[in-house]
Amino acid sequence: MSKKQDTLLDNEVLVKVEGLSKKFCKDLKTSLWYGVKDLVSGVRGSSEERELRPKEFWAIKDINFELKRGECLGLIGHNGAGKSTLLKILNGLINPDAGKVTIKGRVGALIELGAGFNPILSGRENIYNNGAILGFSRKEIDSKLEAIIDFAELQEFIDMPVQHYSSGMKVRLGFAVAAQMEPDVLIIDEVLAVGDLGFILKCFKTIDAILPQTAVIFVSHNMPMVSRICSQIILMDKGKVKYQGENVSKGIDQYYNSFLTGEESSLVYTDNSISLEEAFIEGVEPINGIYQVSWGDTIQLNFKIKNLTLSKMPYISLVIYDKEQRGVAEIFPTGQQLNDIEYKGFIDFSFKLNNIYLSKGIYHLTFNASESKSFNTYYKIHKAISIKIDHEEQMWTPFLLDSELINFKN
Amino acid sequence: MPLETRVYQKERTINIGALLKASIRDIYKSRFLARQLAERDIKAQYRQSYLGIIWAFIAPLATALVWIVLNKTGTVRLSDTGIPYPVYAFSGTLIWSIIVAAINSPIQSTNAAKGILTKINFPKEALIMSGIYKLLFDSAIKIILLILFVFAFGVGFHWSLLLFPLAIFGAILFGTTMGLFITPMGLLYQDIGKIITFGMQFLMYVTPVVYAIPESGIMKAIMTWNPITPIVLTARDLVVGFSPEHINYFLMVLVVCIPFLFLGLIIYRISIPIIVERLSA
Repeated sequence: MSKKQDTLLDNEVLVKVEGLSKKFCKDLKTSLWYGVKDLVSGVRGSSEERELRPKEFWAIKDINFELKRGECLGLIGHNGAGKSTLLKILNGLINPDAGKVTIKGRVGALIELGAGFNPILSGRENIYNNGAILGFSRKEIDSKLEAIIDFAELQEFIDMPVQHYSSGMKVRLGFAVAAQMEPDVLIIDEVLAVGDLGFILKCFKTIDAILPQTAVIFVSHNMPMVSRICSQIILMDKGKVKYQGENVSKGIDQYYNSFLTGEESSLVYTDNSISLEEAFIEGVEPINGIYQVSWGDTIQLNFKIKNLTLSKMPYISLVIYDKEQRGVAEIFPTGQQLNDIEYKGFIDFSFKLNNIYLSKGIYHLTFNASESKSFNTYYKIHKAISIKIDHEEQMWTPFLLDSELINFKN
Repeated sequence: MPLETRVYQKERTINIGALLKASIRDIYKSRFLARQLAERDIKAQYRQSYLGIIWAFIAPLATALVWIVLNKTGTVRLSDTGIPYPVYAFSGTLIWSIIVAAINSPIQSTNAAKGILTKINFPKEALIMSGIYKLLFDSAIKIILLILFVFAFGVGFHWSLLLFPLAIFGAILFGTTMGLFITPMGLLYQDIGKIITFGMQFLMYVTPVVYAIPESGIMKAIMTWNPITPIVLTARDLVVGFSPEHINYFLMVLVVCIPFLFLGLIIYRISIPIIVERLSA
């Protein structure tokens, strides 16, 4: 292949989706009956009906996008937003009800790993079963067999029946076979969730390696992964596009914002010695229970607790969680004097938090009161305060540190 | 090399020729997959069983035995068949079981692959072909047993025996064609499969499986017209060395089957996406 052709190929649109819609039926019996009707109309030649029949709804409605080689489209959205349905149409498993999909080249799908495995047969035999379904010839599998076994790290167990494999081992074997595909278009659905960390990293290394030659469509609920590999994004909601564009961060942000319901705090533990009565940020009005703070601001956190049985000041510490409930920072305010107290009543605490360099997004503060630092917890409550950090840069890492160029040599 | 382009859309013009070509191309392309699937199922089936191969012919053998006993004890009086009755009964039930298995094969293979049908795109024709491979494997065992049986009853070798596999091929062709037509509906509604199982039991009694066509009466008309009759009779005649009287009707059935088989393949190809949608919806 000449160099010129190569560059031509690179600019080629591999996936083109125009006005794609699909309807589904809510009721099984009706759905089956429509299936019969569709069979008849399908065999006779399709008619032009596009309206919803009773009990039907649009599972996806009017989706448009184009994808070139080397690009990666992230598909995100709630469960049932239509992501998997869209993938099924792209993969040619079901026909659209309106619109058109044009796909060029070999399509590889990582939707189900280990398809065609028979539990009674050995890993080695199942490599052939799975490989055959993915479209390999016997010769191809013969030549790739060793690579597959090595990749799956299953040398020792390759002749054992697959039913005795752990679920992680099965996924490893399945991925190892699938990794041998050389697709032009790759469709990935939430399959990499299983397996241990080492294997997930290996999977991503493989995907990274094929990304430049491939147009990838990636469905995931794992936003860090989406922002890591996607060059454009579609946020779907109830079958429709809510956000579409190359600003991946913006799409992810909108996705997170769609979960901003139920921000009530939740009590995790109490020994009934104190209770948290109030928690707020000084001088900030919450919107829907969320305090908006600009990146780098210094804020004052106020807590009011009711002392029920304590005779000594509690030690207060805070933990910051991001929207995926990963702990990202801890706060141990200095200067706390754990003196004896006599008064059974309210105690007000105010803590200053200097220069918050958390990156843009929603964070929750967990309030923790204990006898002393990390010892004998009295009271612990999640989401005592919810904060939204404002900044123009959206990123998936939890911190945006304050930095500037001070010098450079040429 | 230009990249293969696929288009998925609702508006389709049904082009019988193109569909059939695509179907046959996929059958050829997926020959390894079909073999692999058949091999997988056969291996798995025998690896988890001690009696293994016996299950392939135990049912027809049992039916034959029942009729042999009924006939021997005089419970049921049957007209003379011209050959030892056990040979007649057993060859009948074996051929019948092959036809029934062939009818059920497409629907069973497709149903068993439901899980991957809704997830992975592969040539679906491979399922049909793997079903046929499995049928051929089972039938081969049955044929060997039948031949041993025939020899044991002193019928002896006839050159026509060499043509017997062709008759079995006819039985499989007929059964697969029938099966392909019921598959789309059968995948949507489980009732279809039940009706087939149920209906085949009755159909056996209007086919000369365990008794010959009567000399006269309504039964004679039905059994003579029944398109399965020439298949069973021709196959049996070839085994025992009679001149196949129904060869013309047999060939006619096969000739009619071929365009219908192609039509069945086309319908199968069109209906799979529609069915997958209903299975996964």
